[in-house]
Amino acid sequence: MSKFKKGGKGELPAISTASLPDIVFMLLFFFMVATVMRDSSLMIENQLPSADQVEKLKKDRTIFIYAGKPSSQFKQFGEEPRIQFNDAFIGVDDVKPSILQGIADLNEELQSKVVVGLKVDKNTNAGLVSDIKQELRKANALKVMYIANTKTEQ
Amino acid sequence: MAKRSAPEVNAGSMADIAFLLLIFFLVTTTIEKDKGLLRSLPPIDDTEVEPPIIKQKNLFTVLINRNNQLLVEEEEMPLEELREATIAFLDNGGGTNAAGESCDYCKGERSETSSDHPDKAIISMKHDRETSYEQYMDVQNELVAAYNFLREREATRLYKKYYPDADKVFTAMLEEKEKNQFSKDEKLNERIETIKKLFPMKLSEAEPDKS
Repeated sequence: MSKFKKGGKGELPAISTASLPDIVFMLLFFFMVATVMRDSSLMIENQLPSADQVEKLKKDRTIFIYAGKPSSQFKQFGEEPRIQFNDAFIGVDDVKPSILQGIADLNEELQSKVVVGLKVDKNTNAGLVSDIKQELRKANALKVMYIANTKTEQ
Repeated sequence: MAKRSAPEVNAGSMADIAFLLLIFFLVTTTIEKDKGLLRSLPPIDDTEVEPPIIKQKNLFTVLINRNNQLLVEEEEMPLEELREATIAFLDNGGGTNAAGESCDYCKGERSETSSDHPDKAIISMKHDRETSYEQYMDVQNELVAAYNFLREREATRLYKKYYPDADKVFTAMLEEKEKNQFSKDEKLNERIETIKKLFPMKLSEAEPDKS
């Protein structure tokens, strides 16, 4: 004759899902932190050379230039090493306008501190690199970072 | 009261556990950062000024041919020996600098036929168009390593007292500067400049011949 009726006859209660949002947020944060955004897809082979006297690169003031052989799905561009800027192949003569454009897109106070990051495949001829450097001199972007993998010192 | 329903699991601490994990991952994951060799290019100079005459003994020439072989000071040299040879050249201190001071911190042989002073010592590098970029980077790396070795040595001599625990004093100084990049530490900057001035990096690159 109790007022409160026991319901369910001893069945297991549903598992609380109150913490599900927490778990989901946790995963979300994790992936947000761990993902590296890549803003241009590479159309060239890009095996970086290695060096041990490396310095860190400040991403906010860097413009990247890629160079190397066109990769297998871009065979129609031939076998010779090409220069890639953002999402397109460019010729040596286009380096200067591209760099000036890149500098103009930067934050104003960083424009004078611009660094050009050269990501060049290690099997490329050094002649192509020196062509790029000549163009950079013409564009007055004189700070260059040769991007390399870190080699562990023996 | 023979049959009791199972009590609900207390989920109040679930959020704490979640945050704990989140913080753990936040701390342990490192975002991969690009690293590389930083180098300044010379600005284009159109003025017709006669370049100053540099004595042959103050010039350390490194040539790389199309087969990736090295010619250092007119002699063929394997890449492994380049660092030693460069250090010996820079650290020679056989004479005086432009101000007439002799190099009192150099520990080299003080030979008459090698460089006068680290101020005057210039490394000249030239490569062929066909040289592979990998070899070019290896050579650059060795040359920078020679400078870093000497700067490290001087930093240890002068400033070891401020960084008693540091293995590499110059690296520790640069790291500290990096860490405090928003609060300018005049003293630290001055010290770094002093070290850099002791062994100024004078690395000139010639354009490869067009053929």
